[in-house]
Amino acid sequence: MSTKKTRIGNRSQTPLLKQLDLTSLLDSLTLGVIFLDSDRRAIVINRFLEALTGYNREEVVGVHGENVIRSNLKSVGDPVGKVLQSGKGTTLEGDIINQYRKKIPIRFTISPLKLNTGKGAGVIIVLEDISLLKDLDNKIHGFSGQEKILGHSRKMQEIFELLPITARTDASVLITGETGTGKDLIAEAIHKASKRSRYPFIKVNCGALPESLLESELFGHIRGAFTGAEKDKPGMFRLAHEGTLFLTEIGDLSLPLQVKILTVLDDKEFFPVGGSTKVTVNVRIIAATHRDLSQLVKQGRFREDLFYRLNVLHLHLPPLREREEDFRLLLDHFFREFRANLNKKIKGFNDDCLKLLSSYSYPGNVRELRNIVEYAVNVCPNEIIRPEHLPKNMLAMEKYSYPAMSQKIEAGGKKEVQMDSSVKTAAYARSMPGGWGDVEKIMILNALTKTKGNRSKTAELLGWSRSKLWRKIKHYNLE
Amino acid sequence: MKILITIEKNEVAPRFDQASEILIIKIEGETIKGEPRIMLLPGTSGEDICGLAIKEDISLVICGGIEDAHFQYLKWKKIKVIDGVIGPYEQAVNFAIKNRLIPGLILPGASICGDLS
Repeated sequence: MSTKKTRIGNRSQTPLLKQLDLTSLLDSLTLGVIFLDSDRRAIVINRFLEALTGYNREEVVGVHGENVIRSNLKSVGDPVGKVLQSGKGTTLEGDIINQYRKKIPIRFTISPLKLNTGKGAGVIIVLEDISLLKDLDNKIHGFSGQEKILGHSRKMQEIFELLPITARTDASVLITGETGTGKDLIAEAIHKASKRSRYPFIKVNCGALPESLLESELFGHIRGAFTGAEKDKPGMFRLAHEGTLFLTEIGDLSLPLQVKILTVLDDKEFFPVGGSTKVTVNVRIIAATHRDLSQLVKQGRFREDLFYRLNVLHLHLPPLREREEDFRLLLDHFFREFRANLNKKIKGFNDDCLKLLSSYSYPGNVRELRNIVEYAVNVCPNEIIRPEHLPKNMLAMEKYSYPAMSQKIEAGGKKEVQMDSSVKTAAYARSMPGGWGDVEKIMILNALTKTKGNRSKTAELLGWSRSKLWRKIKHYNLE
Repeated sequence: MKILITIEKNEVAPRFDQASEILIIKIEGETIKGEPRIMLLPGTSGEDICGLAIKEDISLVICGGIEDAHFQYLKWKKIKVIDGVIGPYEQAVNFAIKNRLIPGLILPGASICGDLS
């Protein structure tokens, strides 16, 4: 029976197998794959592994496999060597560090590669990105240091309601918000909840590179395209194929590159730098900026057509000073997280410290709050965090006052408190000597002006009950 | 200039935080001054290597893959990092001396023809 099977297999399958295009077969997988010869040198990697590691397949042929995947497998012995010796496959978990210096949790499946004769020819390593599983595990079993999006304020609830809708479609998303409000986290959350989650999520900071370098980074280049282009580079658009490309600081993008991105969004194809063959990609774009893009459009610094193309779905993340209800939640969350991570026995903050923390204006928003808590938990030697355990620059900053506010009289005679655009948001926050209290006062005044003094509408606008608004008005003597 | 290279056998170690050996070299102009020092580390820790780089007053770190946290820390401490280097460490040193070493460089000695077809 077994002889017959072998004979049939040899007769009918081998020619078909020979005709199969192995590379395209490997590229269709949503797992990273690398073939190593018996000297552990790379024979081929698939497209998913290109995205995972940041290498392209041409440059790694013949390179020692460990230099391509950069795993921590060495710490558990030599699993590749064992598979090569024993011919028996194995599965284990670890991590890799890619070209972008990102550590990614991975499940490795290492299997022997055998020739038709049964002789061992190397190994095949399949890499499964288990970041999602790890996140879930951390959610269940405790803190990991991984950021989570928290908030029960009305403004954040609105964002949370929009997230599943945003994840379900393939439309472009524009995320705006001040620095430290969590634009990156939201972008990653949208990707992870979308049908593209098994494909790469690639982040490019448009403000971090000069125009020429950014073009090559985004669209790739071919060898010899310019001085120093010694090898082909796939570019982020290609690496994000089937996945999501997150363009952060899109407001810093130069006009010529805006045109090129617009073309890719419309045609889903582009020419790499120096290339003559068009590359077709299927990529979802999520863009983020702390700038006011509509203002940049008016100033002629951002293309209107690209703005509308990106602004299909718009999420605006509120600054922390507008999320008063979330302050304690975030403070407690970060406190517990760092206490657990640093294995400290701290019980909490004393009243003076809490007063200081709640009156601070947080120009760096949630990120700054997180850093302040991390500092305090690290510095505090006993069980209660006191004001002296808070960063000194935080206390010093509150002493400064900037004339950041200006008042604008609108045509209809309505008074609207407006930010001076030249001073930007950080200074705006710093200009509030009383922190939350003063910001809240201005928020109420703004809302009252907008609703022409209608308290029901003002309460609705602020997401408060009428009684809460009444209490606040009384508290701030706004009657 | 003092250079620290994370090594494994004769090559640049694939990962900074998994390296158990480091090489420290002093360079003056385009020549190596004194005897290069190879140090065996008691364990594998990126933090320990960062600490060692500061203690040894290193100006340049040459390594393979490095986590962003370690990279940013060294950068903050004004230590230049050329990461993602693949190949024999001697070649890496020669390239660095001639100012030709760049991040992500696969050195000529790193690759052999891997085509087994």
